[in-house]
Amino acid sequence: MAGPAKIEVPEGLGKPLDERSVQKLREDFPILKQLVHGKPLVYLDNAATSQKPRQVIDAIADYYESYNSNVHRGLHALSEQATQAYEGARGIVRSFLNADEDREIIFVKGTTEGINLVASSYGRAHLQQGDEIIISEMEHHSNIVPWQILCEEKGAVLKVVPFNDDGELLLDEYERMLGPRTKLVSMTYISNALGTVNPVKSIIEIAHERGVPVLIDGAQAVPHRPVDVQDLDCDFFVFSSHKVFGPTGMGILYGKAEILDSMPPYQGGGDMIRSVTFEKTTYNDLPYKFEAGTPNVAGAIGLGSALEYVSRIGMNNIEEYEKSLLSYATEAVSSIEGVRIIGTASQKAGVLSFLLDQVHAHDVGTVLDTEGVAIRTGHHCAQPVMKHYGIAATARASLAFYNTRADIDALVKGLDKVIEVFTL
Amino acid sequence: MSDLSDLYQQAVLDHNRTPRNFRRLPDPDGTAEGYNPLCGDLINVDVKMDGDVIREIGFEGGGCAISKASASMMTEVVKGMTRDEAREFFDSFRTAVTEGIDFFEAIDKLGKLAALTGVSEFPARVKCAVLAWHTLRAALDGNKATVTTE
Repeated sequence: MAGPAKIEVPEGLGKPLDERSVQKLREDFPILKQLVHGKPLVYLDNAATSQKPRQVIDAIADYYESYNSNVHRGLHALSEQATQAYEGARGIVRSFLNADEDREIIFVKGTTEGINLVASSYGRAHLQQGDEIIISEMEHHSNIVPWQILCEEKGAVLKVVPFNDDGELLLDEYERMLGPRTKLVSMTYISNALGTVNPVKSIIEIAHERGVPVLIDGAQAVPHRPVDVQDLDCDFFVFSSHKVFGPTGMGILYGKAEILDSMPPYQGGGDMIRSVTFEKTTYNDLPYKFEAGTPNVAGAIGLGSALEYVSRIGMNNIEEYEKSLLSYATEAVSSIEGVRIIGTASQKAGVLSFLLDQVHAHDVGTVLDTEGVAIRTGHHCAQPVMKHYGIAATARASLAFYNTRADIDALVKGLDKVIEVFTL
Repeated sequence: MSDLSDLYQQAVLDHNRTPRNFRRLPDPDGTAEGYNPLCGDLINVDVKMDGDVIREIGFEGGGCAISKASASMMTEVVKGMTRDEAREFFDSFRTAVTEGIDFFEAIDKLGKLAALTGVSEFPARVKCAVLAWHTLRAALDGNKATVTTE
């Protein structure tokens, strides 16, 4: 039942992407066809959430229309089918991440819950007073606050690896921070505010030399590049379904089996037990030990469908295409007078954060919106990043494989309008 | 949504570019800090009182054009008002920017602040328009904690 699903790559797909093949793929996304304020929607807020292809929407609708049922429970046909689809999705995720076993894939609500699960279960079991956890200055709040809560509870210390003004982590500082009391390193793969791609493989290797496990926040990586958790050798990897063209309320915690096995349950309830008496309860095996209660079946099926969808295109093709699109966007936006790019690391993906001289990011966002261009403005749930640059907010355009150079041209045209409105 | 020029009227752009009373006051009788967690904008409002009347007012910080223009215009209109008059004015202004108002009625009731009532067509920006006013009210109330728009 839970056998590793294979992602079939039909002929004709899996080729390098170009503007023409992307135009064709855009037809899979019903939402992209609409007008916003009378202008064609230009969706450049993919780091916040991505749009869903028809295939994902259909897979979710099909579940509710044809075989909605609880999983791991009934003997009846629908429950059997739902269980197969749910476990099939686990197999797809395993294959997508190249994890070793299906039981290393835990379904959670999203990246945030994945990190909280590790902080709560692994952290509570392994942390003592005076121990240390290392994160970085460019983390999303979801990779800061769970550790702060844990450290406060345990009397442990949170250490923060700084980055330089280009937005690159200072690895020397990181190496110096790792010490005998370091119990865990938790770092983002790609910064949601800066777009920096961190050298996570080296970060993991350096930690492992000292026997320290590493969690990688892959929320911004999974939509943009291939991920191989065995090659990275990370101990935990988390990501959210909705950022990779799947539904909201669903995410993945990958953990190496021996570590997950050693961890106490996160939440108690149904599905996570083997037997319950008032004297003693025994817990279920992985992955069910961490999946208390009726799970998000539709979410898992939708995520599985989304990962199959991008796998058919090819994550390496997506990575290459977006690299070229990001450099086109960087060049186009930088050439506008008064623009300052925030985040100029040599390795970047998906994100273009910027400031416009004399114009607040919110005003940029409002004017762009009237032009049909959707971007994010604000601190991007990364206030320490804003503090580093002494700013309150940036405007952020973020890409997906369905964006085109025409989208970037519309952004530039919109920014010209911003300047026109604010320059008398 | 209505036209962009309803939101960014000339008066708004002018106050954004050259905000009035943009300074901290020495020895204020009331002071407060306002924070909009949505965008990270921070504003300080200081008042000097003459009995119950606002004699002097200054602000610093703020961020977007809407919040800055609102703060700047606020400092001009509330000078000389009593505490209660300022609070009442804020209530009318808040109603106008959240629920919308006929433009001529707005000019009659709100004077130059009528220029900001286009915000009612942009719900995401209402908090920007009222941040300075919440902060003023806290300064008048002697409320020490940072006020937020949430």
